[in-house]
Amino acid sequence: MSAGTDFVRREPADLLSPESVARRRRMVRRASRSTLRRRRLVGNTTRLACYLALVIALVPLVALLSYTVERGVSGLSVDFFSQLPVPEGVPGGGVEEAIIGTLIIVGLAALVAIPLGLSVALFLVDRRGKLAASVRFVADVMSGIPSIAIGVFAYALFVVPSHHYAGIIGSFALAVLMLPIIVRADEVAMRTVPEDLWDAALALGARPSRVARSVVVRTALPALVTGNLLAVARAVGETAPLLFTALGSSLLITNPFQPMDAMPLRIYLDGTQADPHLQTVAWATALVLLAFILVLSIVARAFASYATRHAR
Amino acid sequence: MPPAMLGRSPQVGIDGHVDAETAAGEFAVTLEHVTVRYGKVENAKQVAVRDVSLAFPRNQVTALLGPSGCGKTTILRTINRLHDHTTGKVNGVVRIGDLDVYARETQPEIVRTRVGMVFQRPNLFPTLSIFDNVVAGLRMNGVRKREFLHEAAEAALRQAALWDSVKNRLGLPAVRLSGGQQQRLCIARALAIEPEVLLLDEPCSALDPMASARIEELIVELSSHITIALVTHNLFQATRISDRTAVFLLDDDNTGTLVEDGPTLDVFQSPKDPRTLAYVTGTIG
Repeated sequence: MSAGTDFVRREPADLLSPESVARRRRMVRRASRSTLRRRRLVGNTTRLACYLALVIALVPLVALLSYTVERGVSGLSVDFFSQLPVPEGVPGGGVEEAIIGTLIIVGLAALVAIPLGLSVALFLVDRRGKLAASVRFVADVMSGIPSIAIGVFAYALFVVPSHHYAGIIGSFALAVLMLPIIVRADEVAMRTVPEDLWDAALALGARPSRVARSVVVRTALPALVTGNLLAVARAVGETAPLLFTALGSSLLITNPFQPMDAMPLRIYLDGTQADPHLQTVAWATALVLLAFILVLSIVARAFASYATRHAR
Repeated sequence: MPPAMLGRSPQVGIDGHVDAETAAGEFAVTLEHVTVRYGKVENAKQVAVRDVSLAFPRNQVTALLGPSGCGKTTILRTINRLHDHTTGKVNGVVRIGDLDVYARETQPEIVRTRVGMVFQRPNLFPTLSIFDNVVAGLRMNGVRKREFLHEAAEAALRQAALWDSVKNRLGLPAVRLSGGQQQRLCIARALAIEPEVLLLDEPCSALDPMASARIEELIVELSSHITIALVTHNLFQATRISDRTAVFLLDDDNTGTLVEDGPTLDVFQSPKDPRTLAYVTGTIG
């Protein structure tokens, strides 16, 4: 705007006279009244459009959930959780090995990725140099890498030289997948901790590492837990990185150095079979996986709100 | 501290002119039995301030005085319906002139074109220039005419005693100004829509003494043609610039309550309520 150039020269006294004030007041109120109906209409239309967008966004979600429940619920039973897969054409059986495999593979991945991610995030929060900027950039780029590329990478790095598939290589691939997500989530969480708290703790004589541990991590804990659990939930559902690494198995294997089964692999394997029984098993596994992720998310949010309300 | 000057002498508006729309009695704003509750669950709402009846005489400064947490700001925000956007629930009657603020057919936007408000900390729009900040209220109310925007901006900035220092840099981001100037720009922004009532919520609390003094001068000048409601916890500020004072305190069940109101001089020199006396002499609060 070109303020300052096209102001009409006016005497201040005239500008502030009661008549001028009253004239301007009338003009503003007339404008406000005459546009209020239109402004309300625009506001209500916009709000309606937002609700509509919400409904449109929810349709695929609800459809997916209800379809999975409809197809999968008949496959659920006690045996489903406690039996191993049976050959095609044989009734019964379960996916115990896939559930346990997922827990082990993802558990190991989280065990590595969460502390490592937190350390990197602390570094990013503390430093403002070129290195921090590069690390942040790399993390951003890494979170965009397709998961199948990470799978191939882990395959080339470990499976090819060792001529052996193993659950722990799957864990490695998932850890690589989770790391950038965790780094960015943790950094954002810890950035919300006010600078004032740094000042307060440093002024009490605390070392920076102590401030990071007792004040920053503690204050950001609810958000940290939420962010990390969401990263875990993301990893639980990944199939591509495991195809080349954990391979899959029909046996109950708890040694991470052997090929292992996982729920997404079981869905992939059984879901592509012609046998309707196996397809039901795949749907039921998908349902269990969904429920697992749902529970993880709910726990994450419940913990966050609990920790916010109950300070220790 | 200027020499002890308890209560400004009553002042007649410079104009004596009143808008047809606003000419309704000697009070610009009246509150009748106003109670405000906060909280989510209907039956567990906490009463923030109970049963306040208070009238703001036209073109005078009325100070709402009291310690923190006693409902001063809550009462101020009932006048322009800002509680519509919180969990706050308002009971009772609020009138601006003859407009029933909480009547079913009253639209909050109409209320807010008649009432301006300035908050504790300067809250200018950070992405807008000085000029665009001043005319933001006009544009939001549908005023488009360029000349009018310029006239209103100059008038508002002059009234806020800011014109001379910013007239050559109206296009600069508003957040480049100093704290005191930012607060005066907030006042100019509120004045640009030519309100008849100005609500000031501790406008000096984030400012140094010099900047506070300038704002106080400004408040006194503005009260020649605008009704001002000023929330403050500063006893001296109330005595320096207000015509009337309403004292708020917490009662026994932790609810804000209006203890006494009257001409500032009377409230400070011969309070009717012993609690007022204790508060103004510094025994409590």
